[in-house]
Order: sequence, then structure tokens, then C-alpha cells
Amino acid sequence: MVSSIPKDSQSVSELQEFYRQMVLIRKFEEAAAKAYSVGKIGGFLHLYIGQEAVGVGSIAALTPHDYIVSTYRDHGHALARGLHPNPLMAELFGKATGISKGNGGSMHFFDKNAHFMGGHGIVGGHISLAAGIAFASKYKKEDSVTICFFGEGAANIGSFHEGLNLAAIWKLPVVFICENNHYAMGTPEYRALAVKDVSVRAYAYDMARDHIEGDEVRKVRDHVKVAVDRARRGEGPTLIEVSTYRFRGHSMSDPAKYRTKEELDAYKKKDPLMRARHELELGGIKPEVLDKLEIEIQTQIDEAYAFAESSPEPPLSQLHKYVYAEDK
Amino acid sequence: MAVLTYREALNRAMVEEMEKDPMIYLMGEEVGHYQGAYKVSQGMLDKFGEERVIDTPISENGFAGIGVGSAMVGLRPIIEFMTWNFSLVAIDQIINSAAKMNYMSGGQFPMPIVFRGAGGAGGRLGAQHSQAFESWYAHCPGLKVVCPATPKDAYGLLKSSIRDNNPTIFIESEVLYGSKGEVPEQEYTIPLGLGEIKRKGTDITIVTWSRALSFAEEAAIILEKEGISVEIVDLRSLRPLDENLIYESVKKTNRAIVVEEGWPVAGFGAQISHLIQKNVFSYLDHPVERVTQMDVPMSYAANLERMSLPNANRVADTIREMLR
Repeated sequence: MVSSIPKDSQSVSELQEFYRQMVLIRKFEEAAAKAYSVGKIGGFLHLYIGQEAVGVGSIAALTPHDYIVSTYRDHGHALARGLHPNPLMAELFGKATGISKGNGGSMHFFDKNAHFMGGHGIVGGHISLAAGIAFASKYKKEDSVTICFFGEGAANIGSFHEGLNLAAIWKLPVVFICENNHYAMGTPEYRALAVKDVSVRAYAYDMARDHIEGDEVRKVRDHVKVAVDRARRGEGPTLIEVSTYRFRGHSMSDPAKYRTKEELDAYKKKDPLMRARHELELGGIKPEVLDKLEIEIQTQIDEAYAFAESSPEPPLSQLHKYVYAEDK
Repeated sequence: MAVLTYREALNRAMVEEMEKDPMIYLMGEEVGHYQGAYKVSQGMLDKFGEERVIDTPISENGFAGIGVGSAMVGLRPIIEFMTWNFSLVAIDQIINSAAKMNYMSGGQFPMPIVFRGAGGAGGRLGAQHSQAFESWYAHCPGLKVVCPATPKDAYGLLKSSIRDNNPTIFIESEVLYGSKGEVPEQEYTIPLGLGEIKRKGTDITIVTWSRALSFAEEAAIILEKEGISVEIVDLRSLRPLDENLIYESVKKTNRAIVVEEGWPVAGFGAQISHLIQKNVFSYLDHPVERVTQMDVPMSYAANLERMSLPNANRVADTIREMLR
């Protein structure tokens, strides 16, 4: 493992914070997987395990005024944004205390106050929504930047092309982050992408591009920051491809038999959490400190689980609420 | 009272609303420099500039999504589809994003957006440009669906649609753009969900909206000479629906016929027919009938197009049968 050792106390504490967030995501999702397997969570459950460094690194490059648009694999992005695990877990359980009051579920986390603009379930459809949010920032002359996550599978749908083209011609403050985990559900990238490197498609839109490995959280942050700053300066969008890997199947219902154990094991050796922990130890953090941190996070997740479990279901009167907004 | 065309009334509504609220913008293909494919946005670029009257490339899915995203953060977009036929490539954004956003976020994201443009059949435009899609959109909860038939209604309903905090499907009739009508000088709005009795009568109720109102009115004039008194209910919006107006009329006339420009199968007339038989069955002297477009794609041939569309004679014939 090639390691970048944090050089000073500031970068150590920064990495430690990133590590905390990544562990939080992993433990949250391990708990969610457990709840799913015993029927406490319904629907689809797409886990982010293995990809944590992408969300944590990218979102660390933002200010609270910036916006995040996510996919159906949105738990990691929401936690990285700092949303509390309780209402997120409660949403998975379909409870009234959920972040979307139980109307959204796993794929539709929303938090307006945190500028977390939703998990979206239609592949690629949210790419132009992100451009629209960025359009609004420009329209209102605010300096917010929007980042939009999607998988390499979304790069093949028309919304990707239209969203990127519009963002480019209007120089919208948006950063498109393709989390390439190499499988669109069960279809490997070589069967879906005529050109495997998604980021080179930026050339088609005269857009800035970047391509990074997604196992090193601070590196992701640094690269995304460059793109975010560019967008904030009014110099337009960037397409970043981050190579990553999901350790689980597409969703909980997918045993992922389309890939080999050898391949999975090779990627698990590049586990971003292991890497960050190793770097922290090289930076002088004692293993006991990190063990303690993990235990604290586990406690927090256990609390979220208990909160979700003990929360009430939405009132039946909610069925018809929210179909239409209140009048102006 | 001023006499305006349908397109001028729409233009006036947009201009007045945009003058009041800087968060409103107009976006679509050719809305700016070209002055609107159907000239509905004539003069608006000069008035509001390129920041608020925004030409797009041909990418309905993309700019519909831009509209939805911008509405999530406080803008109030008016998205023009050159025609509703082209909205089908944006239907994902309309139904999967706009219609659901408030619901699936637990009320966090109202969606103050208007999708508007030309619908229905024009003069021999063929199968891909001659379609009335209001039934498609009315099918979907979360959307409001508005179909004005007169310049006066077009103005008042568009203003209400722009002010509404929900996604509104505003379907203008392509053949009505040049039609003229009196429009009050004074500003006014027409609440969504409020139909209007366009003609009073006692023998039968025609329920209709948009361009089909003209077929109904023509049929009423023909039948009047035969001593048949027709009442015409113009729904003006399908969602929300003025159900009581329909029921009150049917209670009086005891017969109802729906006249619409769309196809018959799973069309909105089927819903109205169901509602009438469900709610005022005991008042009916005859099953509810429908006059629709024929159940075929539109032909280019002039005679076949004529035959395909509903018309006054078909309406009158059906009513005569119902009263026999």
C-alpha cells in the first residue's frame, strides 16, 4: 500500500475526521444491512460500502452553502454532509421521524436545510436537476456550487449528455462526480461504455476534467476542491471520474455473482478505511485511539437503530399530505 | 374590454407576472431571439433580457430538469415546450421529478413550475405533431393540468398557474393561438379547479375543455335550431377538477356527453364518465357518451385528419341519438 503520511497535526486531525465519517458510513450501512435482512427495512437498499472515500472527500471540499445532489445510493453522501444518523435510519425504517418523514425511503433522503438535495431513483435524471440548482445559484448571483454524484451507468443515458451540455454552454457552477464502481447493476463497464474513461467525455463539452483513484480520501478532497473553486470563480463545470468499488452487490437483493472473488479481494486490499487508518497510525495516532473512536461510532449507530425502531410510523393522515404544496 | 388573441393573453399574463416577481423566468427553444415558435413570448426578450428569457438548445429532458432543479431552490420557472409532443422526452423529469418532489421529500420541496406549450392537432401536421396529451399528465398525482379554451381564461389561468406552488401542466391549443376574445383590462386570476358554464341549457350537458369547446358550441347552435337546449361545462382545468359543476349540470339536464380532443382509450373522458355514473347515476336518463379523436394516430391526408378529429356534427349526431 502506497501511503501518504499526514505531515502535521492539522492534517492528522483532518484525516482523523475523515476516518470518523467513513467509519460512520460503514457502520451505519452494516446496521442497515442487518435491519434489511430481518425485514425491518423494505424496498431496495443500495449500500455504499467500499466507496466511502469518494463521498467524504468530495463533500469535504464544500461549504455549508453548497448543494449536493445524490443518487439512489445516497446514505454515504448524506452522512458525509453531516446529517444525523437517527433521522436517516428512521427513514430507512419508514418512520415519521425519518428525514423525508417516511415518504422517501433509502433512495430519497432529502434535507433542505443542509442543502442536501435528495437521493434520486431514476438513473441520470438528477444530473440535469443538479445543473438546474447551479443555474439558480447563477441566476440569483449567489456563489454556491452544486456537486452531483452519479455512477458510470448514468453516463450512458441522455440526461447525462443534456445536463453536461447545458451546464457547459451556460458555465454553471456545478461539479459532476462520476463514481465509477465498474458495474451498472450487473453490467460491467466494458459491456456498457464505448470509451471506458468517462472523464474524457468532458472534451465533448469543452469542459474541465479530472480522473482520480477513489481510495485515498484526502486526494479526493483536494481534486474536488480544485473543481469546486473553478466553479465558484465562474469558470464553469468539471467532470471528475473517481474510480472506486462497491464491496456489496448493486443492492441487498444482488449476490453479485457476475464478478470473481479474486477481483473483490483485490479491491478490498484497497479499502479506503483501512488505508486511512494505516495512514493515521503512521501519522502517530495510536491504534487504541482509533479503536475507541470506532466503538463510539458503533454506540451512535446502535442509538440510531433504537431510535428508528422505537419511532412511530407516519400517521395515516399523511397519505394525502404533501401530494400538493400549500398555496403561496 | 380589450379584444386579444389567445397568444396575446398568454403573453400579457407572463409579462405581468415576471414584472412582479424577479424569481420567474421563461425558458425553452426559441422563446427569446426568435420571439417564440408560436410567438407567445413575442417581445419578452427585449423586456426582460437574456437572463430571464432563455433560449435553450433542443434538449427537453435537460431544460425540464434545469427548471425542476431551479424550482427546488426558489426560482419559479416557466418552461415552454415548443409543442407537447416534444414533452415526451422530458416526461421523466415531469413525472419522476417534478410531480414527486414535494411528496417524496416529506414536504420539503414545493415545485413552483409551469410547463406550457402547444397541444392538440394543427393543420395537417401528421402523426407526431397532432396529439392531445392532457390525459397522460392528468393521470399523475402531484401535477395540476390546465387547458384553457378562450383568451380570457388563458390569461387568468396562466397567472394562477405561475403563482401556484405546484408543477402545472399548461396545455395551450395550437389552433386557438390566433383566436380572439374579450379580456378585461383589469388584472384578474381564475382559480385552478374552477370550471365555467359556457352556455346554459336544459336537455343535455356537454363536458369539455380547450379546443373541443368550439366543437361543443358549434353543435349547440346546430341543435338549438332543432329545439334541443345544450348546456356546456368548460372544465378549464382537469386537475383540480370542478366535479360539482358537472354534477349540478347533469342533475338539471339528466344527460351528459364528454367531448375531447384526445384518444378514447383511458382518456380523461372515461374518468369523467365514471364520476358521473358513480355520483349522479340516479339523475341519468341515458348512459354517458363520449366524442373523442378516433383511436388511430393522426393521418396527414386532409380528409382523414378531418375524419379523425372530433367535430360538431359528430357531437350533434350523438346528442340526437341520446335524445331519441
